[in-house]
Amino acid sequence: MLERVKLTLGRLGHNFINGVWRVGAMTRFFFLVLAASGTSVRRFRLVMREVYFSGVLSLIIIVVSGLFIGMVLGLQGFQTLQRYGATESIGVLVALSLVRELGPVVAALLFASRAGSAITAEIGLMKATEQLTAMDMMAVSPMSRVIAPRFWAGVISMPVLAAIFSAMGIFGGYLVGVVLIGVDNGAFWSQMQAAVDFRYDVLNGVVKSFVFGIAVTVIATFEGFDAPPTAEGVSGATTRTVVSSALTILALDLVLTAFMLRGDA
Amino acid sequence: MRFPLASRQPSRVSEAPLVEVDAVQFGYGRSLVLKGISMRIPRGKVVAIMGGSGCGKTTLLRLVSGQLKPTAGSVRLAGETVHELDREGLYRMRRRMSMLFQFGALFTDLSVYDNVAFPLREHADLSEEMVRDLVLLKLEAVGLRGAHNLMPSELSGGMARRVALARAVVMDPMLVLYDEPFAGLDPISMSVVGSLIRRLNDALGATSILVTHDVVESMQIVDYLYFVADGRVVGEGTPDEIRASATPVVHQFVHGETDGPVPFHYPAPDYAADVGLGAAKEIAHA
Repeated sequence: MLERVKLTLGRLGHNFINGVWRVGAMTRFFFLVLAASGTSVRRFRLVMREVYFSGVLSLIIIVVSGLFIGMVLGLQGFQTLQRYGATESIGVLVALSLVRELGPVVAALLFASRAGSAITAEIGLMKATEQLTAMDMMAVSPMSRVIAPRFWAGVISMPVLAAIFSAMGIFGGYLVGVVLIGVDNGAFWSQMQAAVDFRYDVLNGVVKSFVFGIAVTVIATFEGFDAPPTAEGVSGATTRTVVSSALTILALDLVLTAFMLRGDA
Repeated sequence: MRFPLASRQPSRVSEAPLVEVDAVQFGYGRSLVLKGISMRIPRGKVVAIMGGSGCGKTTLLRLVSGQLKPTAGSVRLAGETVHELDREGLYRMRRRMSMLFQFGALFTDLSVYDNVAFPLREHADLSEEMVRDLVLLKLEAVGLRGAHNLMPSELSGGMARRVALARAVVMDPMLVLYDEPFAGLDPISMSVVGSLIRRLNDALGATSILVTHDVVESMQIVDYLYFVADGRVVGEGTPDEIRASATPVVHQFVHGETDGPVPFHYPAPDYAADVGLGAAKEIAHA
């Protein structure tokens, strides 16, 4: 019995130390990526190529999810607002929910699942098949040529994807609220315009998605670069990317929201 | 078993060596893979490092290319101590050498043409016309000019190895390292890759180091061989000398004998005891 408790405590301690080590290694990795970003600036087409793979190819899932979430918000919001006789405010509800929270957070979660996992798998497989070593042997730094362009592509793509997600969500809310249920078109848009503040709502949402973009791409590239060069290693790294990214996004969202609300007050 | 002190004696291939490995030790964790290994690779020659799986051949190649640092001893390449170079120095040195990996390590998102053009585009400030001429020249040399539009996934193992070879020599390196260049190839591809290694080495005036355990193919193309076992050089010489070697481990390897200094069985407890036959006998006697 005592042995089991000792074993469990030992495992917990090991996992905790390992977790702290990984956070430290990831932070160091982040600074190394920043230091190796010169090539990405000089040869920006390398970044644009990755923007296509990470951003453009994620558009379908972002557009469709945004539309459906906006429609659901419209339906749920209408039902609640109807009790208070404030159905014209449905535009405000949909827009604020999306621009402040759902847009950046859900878009980042989808980005982590679609693009983050792909980045990890690609880098992990490049490592397993010695492509990264081959590049290093050609005196070409994999950090500059492979990692940094993917990192900056993620950082650029994320706010744009979040904005598209929010726009599609608002359009979904419009379809349900105005076209389907019959809320007044003018009230829908004018109330939204009056209530949504560019500085505190829109810009804060952009800041959030920018931070999430950094977090997701650092996690995705680090996990790929650090993956053991085996099928099992790459599969584990891909899973870790999705799980760690989701938890990091939600934790960062809490911290950022707390800071932003304080500024708002 | 007597290990010949090949490393300590002046080698017969010692004139103007390009690579000098001197009393190098290296280990992963606590287990020592290389135990004071020494060798000299002269300029312009094709030299093979042979030995069984796990004897440290690939580790040696990684030490020469600066991917690993020795725990003791030194590796010198063209007069420079490899493990003392900083990253910039290492990259400067690597621009004059190249490595062919066991399975080619072609970039899977690039076509054959772009794979071969990759080092040129990264390091040489050449016009696209010039890059095209050089790439097609190298692909012609390996017989795959017609395959320049294919993707790596469309190539057979032998073709991929030849494309990787074209990429390895596109910058006209002074040293080419080959990690198991014959692994997994059919006899025709093996013969093609073997003759290409020899021809390209002579045409470029380069030096080649082959890490391999393919006796027949490598003996046909190399000038000199080092035989590594248990982290040490246990034999060296020309192909004929190695074929005639009386050193037991070299003899067993060259002639493919199943048992000898390298045992057939991995160390294990007594077989009868392990499968319970000892206990059964005791019961029968009782």
